[in-house]
Amino acid sequence: MKKTTLFVASAALLASSLVLAGGHAKSVKLGVVLGFTGPAESLAESMARGAELAMKEVSASKLLLDNATVTHVRADSTCVDASAAAAAAERVISSDKVDAIIGALCSGATISILQNVAMPKGVMLFSPSATSPALSTLEDNNLFFRASPSDARQGQVIAELLKEKGIKSIAMTYTNNDYGKGLADAIQSNYEATGGKVTINTAHEDGKGDYSAEVAALAQAGGDILMVVGYLDQGGKGIIQSSLDAGAFSDFFLPDAMIGESLVKAIGPDLNGSIGTVPGTDSKGAEIYAELAKKDGFNAGPYSPEAYDAAALTLLAMQAANSTDSNDVKAKVFEVANAPGTKILPGELAKGLQILKDGGNIDYVGATAVELIGAGESAGSYREILVKDGKNTTVRYR
Amino acid sequence: MIDILNALTLLGNFLIIPGLTYGSQLALGALGVTLVYGVLRFSNFAHGETMAFGAMITILATWGLQSMGVSIKPLPTALIAIPVGIAVTVLLILVIDKFVYRYHRERKASPVTFLIISIGVMFFLGGLIRFIIGPGDQIFFDGTRFILKAREFREMTGLSEGLSLKMTQTVTIVTALIIVIAMFWFLNHTRTGKSMRAYSDNEDLALLSGIDPNRVVMVTWIIVAALATVGGTLYGLDKSFKPFVYMQLLLPIFASAIVGGVGNPLGAIAGGYVIAFSELILTFAYKKVVLYLGPDNLELDSLVQLLGTNYKIAVSFIILVIVLIIKPTGLFSGKTI
Repeated sequence: MKKTTLFVASAALLASSLVLAGGHAKSVKLGVVLGFTGPAESLAESMARGAELAMKEVSASKLLLDNATVTHVRADSTCVDASAAAAAAERVISSDKVDAIIGALCSGATISILQNVAMPKGVMLFSPSATSPALSTLEDNNLFFRASPSDARQGQVIAELLKEKGIKSIAMTYTNNDYGKGLADAIQSNYEATGGKVTINTAHEDGKGDYSAEVAALAQAGGDILMVVGYLDQGGKGIIQSSLDAGAFSDFFLPDAMIGESLVKAIGPDLNGSIGTVPGTDSKGAEIYAELAKKDGFNAGPYSPEAYDAAALTLLAMQAANSTDSNDVKAKVFEVANAPGTKILPGELAKGLQILKDGGNIDYVGATAVELIGAGESAGSYREILVKDGKNTTVRYR
Repeated sequence: MIDILNALTLLGNFLIIPGLTYGSQLALGALGVTLVYGVLRFSNFAHGETMAFGAMITILATWGLQSMGVSIKPLPTALIAIPVGIAVTVLLILVIDKFVYRYHRERKASPVTFLIISIGVMFFLGGLIRFIIGPGDQIFFDGTRFILKAREFREMTGLSEGLSLKMTQTVTIVTALIIVIAMFWFLNHTRTGKSMRAYSDNEDLALLSGIDPNRVVMVTWIIVAALATVGGTLYGLDKSFKPFVYMQLLLPIFASAIVGGVGNPLGAIAGGYVIAFSELILTFAYKKVVLYLGPDNLELDSLVQLLGTNYKIAVSFIILVIVLIIKPTGLFSGKTI
C-alpha cells in the first residue's frame, strides 16, 4: 500500500508535467493503464510498448481525423489492488483527459476500472489481456472490449489438449482472484465433461515466501500433471519450485499467465517437458508484428500483439466514427474489426485510416488475427507451448 | 510393511523435514525477539525487517564473492558471506539504538512507547531495504541444491514414495543447532552472559552490583542482530529472498516467543517448533497416508485435511489465543534468561 501511494503520487506529478507540455488542439490521447507493478509486471512493459507502437504509427500517418497526433499517458493499474486500478484510471480520465483507455492487464483490475470509472464516466476501455469469463456477461454499456479471448474458451482448448495427450487426472491450483478462479472453473467443467478427473482444485495466495504446505496438499491428491493457474512472477513460480523441491510433480501445465521467459529462466531445465497454452496465431500478422517490435527496440512478449491490436482498433474506430467521443466510437469497433472490408495487417494502419476516410470498409486482422465476437471479445486462437531446452517453443496453433 | 515405510517416507518428505526447517527458522527469529524482551523489556516489531536487512547485506556480499569466483561447493557461498551481513547489521542496529532507543531508555519510557518506536523502525528498515535491493525476488543460492533427490531415493529404496532433502534444509537445521548451543553456553558460562541474565532478572540490583547497563544493552543488540542475520539468511536461502515476506514472518515468530514464554530462550526454541509443526500438521492432507495404512481396498474421495492451506497463517493466531487464555506465561514459564 505504501508503495502504491508513493507511486501514484509520483505518477501524478509526472502526469501534471505532461499536461503542461501537451495542450495541443488536435490531439487524441489514450491512457495505457497496465499492471506495471505486481504479479504480472514482467509482461507489462512489452505490452505498453505494443500499444504505443500503434499510436506512433497512426500519428506518423497524419491521417487520423483531422491530422490529429496521438499521445499517451501511462498509469499503473497494478494487478491485484482493485482500488489502485480504479484510482489510476480515474486519474488518466479526470486530469489527463484521455479519450479511451487501453487496459487493464489483469481481470480483477479491469473489472474494477470498468465498473468504478469507465462506465460512470462513459469512457471506452479496451483490454489486451483480461481473460476472465465474468467479463463476457458483465454490464458494460458496450464500452468494454478485449483483444484476448475469454478463459471460457481457453478452458475448452486446455481440456482438448489434455485429452489428446492422454492425461487422465490433474491436480489444479489457482491464484486467488477473478482470473484464477474463472479459468480454473472453466478448465474443470470442460475437462470433466471430456471424462477427465480433477483430483483437487485449490487456491493459493500470491506473494508468500513458502508454498510447501500448498504443494503438500496437491501432492496428496495426486494427478498425472499439475495445472498451475497462477502468475509467472509470483505464486505460480513458487508452487512449481516447491513441487520440484519436494519431488511432488515433475510435469506442469502452464496456462496463459504462466507463459513468459522469466519463468523458464528462473526454474531452469526442470521445467522441460511442461506444456501450456497462450493466445496466439500463425497468421502473417504475428510475424510482421514481431519484426515491427524489433525495429522499435523491444521484444514482442505475451499479450504485446494484443496490446497493439487494442490500440489500433480503438484508433481505427475513432476514424470510422469521425469522433473521439467514446459513445460514438464504441459503435464502430465491430465494424472495423470484422469482415467485410480490406484486410489490414500490422504496419498498414495508414492504409486502413485512408480507406475509412474515403468511406470504405476495413477488416482489421492485426497481429493476432482478431475477430470480435459476443460482447466484444476476441474469438481466440491459441498457441500450444512445449518447454524444450529451456525455451517456450510453439508446437502448433489451435 | 512396505505400506508403513511408504507412509513414513511421505510424512518425512512433506511434514517432518519441512517442519524441522521452518521450525529452526522460526526459533532463530523468536530467540531474537525473546532476548530483546528479556533484556530491553519491549516487543521488537522491527525484528522481521532486521532479518530482511541482514539477509540483504549477506546477499550483496554473496554476489561480491561470486563475482570474485569464490565458492565453497557443495555448500552455498552465502554461508561465508554471513559474517559481513552480521557486521553491517550490528552496526546499523547499534546506530539505531544510539539515535532512537537510547533517548527513551534514559527517560525510562514505558514498554508501549518502545513498541511503537520499534514499529517506526520497522517501516524505516523496510523502506531502506526496498531502496537498496528493490522489492523483487532475489535468488542467491548456489552450490548443490539437493543432498537427496526424491527420484534417487525411490530408485535406491524401491519405495513408491520419494524423500527429498535439500542442502538448504540441512544447512538450516545444523546452523540453528550450533547457534542455539552457542547461545546457551554464552548465557550460562560467560561473564557477559551472566551479567545479561542478572540485568534481565533485576535491573536495579544488577546496577548496584556494578554491571554496566550500556554494555549489556550493546551486547544484547549485537547478539540479536547476529541471530536476525543468520535467521533471515537461512530463510532466504531455503525459500527465496523477498523483502516483505519477512514482515509476514513476524506473526509466527511472535507466536513462537509467546507460546514458549516471552523472555525465555529455551521456550522460544520450543515455541518455534510447536508453531511450525502445528501449521503443517493441521493443514496437511492425509489422504495418501490413510490409503497406505488403511485396508487394501479402501476408496477415499476426500483429502483427509483438517484445514485448508489458506488457513495456515490462522493457525499461529489460534495457538496464540489458546496459550494466552489457558497459560498466559507460556509453556516454559518462570525461567527467564
